[in-house]
Amino acid sequence: MLILGRRFARPARRPAALLQGLPYLVWAGAGFVALAGAAVLGVLVGPVHIGLGTVVQSFLAPIPWLHMTAIDPGQASILWSLRIPRVVLGAIVGAMLAAAGAAYQGVFRNPLADPYLLGAAAGANLGATLAIAFAPGSTLIGVNVVPLAGFAGAGLAVAGAYALGQTVTGLRNTTGLILAGVAIAAFFNAVQTYVQQAQTSNIRQVYSWILGRLVTAGWDGVLLVLPYVVLSIAVIVLYRRLLDALSVGDEEVTSLGISARRVRLIVVVAATLGTAAVVAIAGTIAFVGIIIPHTVRLLVGRSYRVVIPLSLLFGAAFLMLADTAARTVAAPAELPIGVITAFVGAPFFIVVMRSTRAAAL
Amino acid sequence: MREHHIGLAGLAAIGMIVTACGATTSSVSSSPSAHFPVTINGSSGATVTIIKQPHRIVSLSPTATEMLFAIGAGSQVVAVDDQSNYPASAPMTKLSGFQPNIEAIAAYTPDLVVASDDTAGLVHGLGALNIPILIEPAAKNMSDSYLQIEQLGTATGRVGDATSLEKKMRSDLASIVASIPKPARPLKVYHELDDTYYSATSATFIGQVYALLGLKNIADGATAAAPDYPQLSAEYIVSSSPDLIVLADTKCCHQDVNTVSARPGWRSIAAVRSGQVINVDDDIASRWGPRVVDFLRAIAPHVKQLEAQAA
Repeated sequence: MLILGRRFARPARRPAALLQGLPYLVWAGAGFVALAGAAVLGVLVGPVHIGLGTVVQSFLAPIPWLHMTAIDPGQASILWSLRIPRVVLGAIVGAMLAAAGAAYQGVFRNPLADPYLLGAAAGANLGATLAIAFAPGSTLIGVNVVPLAGFAGAGLAVAGAYALGQTVTGLRNTTGLILAGVAIAAFFNAVQTYVQQAQTSNIRQVYSWILGRLVTAGWDGVLLVLPYVVLSIAVIVLYRRLLDALSVGDEEVTSLGISARRVRLIVVVAATLGTAAVVAIAGTIAFVGIIIPHTVRLLVGRSYRVVIPLSLLFGAAFLMLADTAARTVAAPAELPIGVITAFVGAPFFIVVMRSTRAAAL
Repeated sequence: MREHHIGLAGLAAIGMIVTACGATTSSVSSSPSAHFPVTINGSSGATVTIIKQPHRIVSLSPTATEMLFAIGAGSQVVAVDDQSNYPASAPMTKLSGFQPNIEAIAAYTPDLVVASDDTAGLVHGLGALNIPILIEPAAKNMSDSYLQIEQLGTATGRVGDATSLEKKMRSDLASIVASIPKPARPLKVYHELDDTYYSATSATFIGQVYALLGLKNIADGATAAAPDYPQLSAEYIVSSSPDLIVLADTKCCHQDVNTVSARPGWRSIAAVRSGQVINVDDDIASRWGPRVVDFLRAIAPHVKQLEAQAA
């Protein structure tokens, strides 16, 4: 990849290469603009038409001294109970998956690492399938048991992979972990498929769950994931410098007097916590955790001090846009968001890859 | 990446399950008497010849099971699949209609197998064993359903029973439909298949049943995306404000009027405000057999009530 990239390097044919020289702060500004733009678009566009004036009026109505009249309660409930929580949740999920993907890639020094590498998705799917099959409709402290089981399953799978990976000797540490994750994911997938085949009457719900639940999410979903995501992102942001050291090698971290294994564990636990929470609410949304961090690397730089914050911003913006497309392209029907993220994301990523220095990967 | 493939595979699988009704209609070419052998022009152009009256029938389709028992052929049935939960006297086994296992089916030494789909090489596999198989796919309307009852009558040597069942269903449906006053404006209905808002358009059997009652199906607005079973967006359902919500996810997903009115924004829907949220049995609402009459009987009083209020 490195050699090929140099041999065929023809700067004149790479328009995006011009963007590569821009300083970090310009990119951060662009990230905030993208975030705001995606949020505004997400609030304004939906299967039900609500005019710009009405939306503005609805935002201003609670301010007492403006004396604005409240908008039609039907439109208000569509806007505030259905559309806005979904836009907010899209931002949270996108930011979390992109940051977790970046963190995993740093921890494992592997460009293909995504937040589901250690079995988070397989575990969540198994947990949810078991709950749908054997405890349908039940709640725990007022919360539907299905997302809770998904959350627990994701945590369990990653914990299992980590414990298993630690026992492997003779391999480089991260290789053992990755292989353990692959094994755990395959095993959990097998059990999940078995349970699902044995319970064919529930098959639809299982697939609905795997395809994602942004469709039905409201403010309660936002509140459910927020604490985990905030904690997870805080840890990842605080560890961005150590991720830089870790991406060079374990020795680099050790030379700072810090245990590389401990850094790895803390980052994996943090990223898993956030990933498990968003998977439990939103289902398995692929590709965000891979393309967003890599696009940032290609355009801005490899340092995690840049990759983490920009992945948060662009991940949030990307998923808000993808969800806006998911609920409007086929309106009034829904499209699965995972289809949009891969269908749009994959070609976009290839364009970015071709038009920048591939060596940056 | 791996998970994404699973997602797509899942999507395809849902497609397979919900759109299992794409097959063509079929017709009976035999004489109406019970003289065997009979030849039935099944779906997908295949003809099925049954040499003598079957006494060891295996049904892998819950709807076919209901039809067989309703035409009095229940005593000729030796095994039904794991989803055939009606009538209670049907000999339910662990056989699967989704993942049929040819060996397990053959172990019952059937002289006729009835299924709704040719999955996992079912027709080919049973053909190799010289076991006749009749595919009765998901009906698209009442005519399809009547045709299947006639075919099962021919196949089991119970033409007379099948004809009288069909007559009874026709007259029951006609009297229910006649009891409902002509609407001033069509009432809007939302039929819910699960709690992620999958619904059924008028291109489906259940949609045709709503059309019989003169109801306007809000899922028809989404036919461009999915002609039969689209997933509707919550915004669209709320803004359509259906007069009637029919929950066909009471068993699968434990939905009822309370869970529906607790959904964010749903309290503004006409049906939720007026309490016209109807619980139906998921199974009755997803099958195209004789119990469609029960389904209509459950819906009709609500339609009458709404029409009376409107008048």
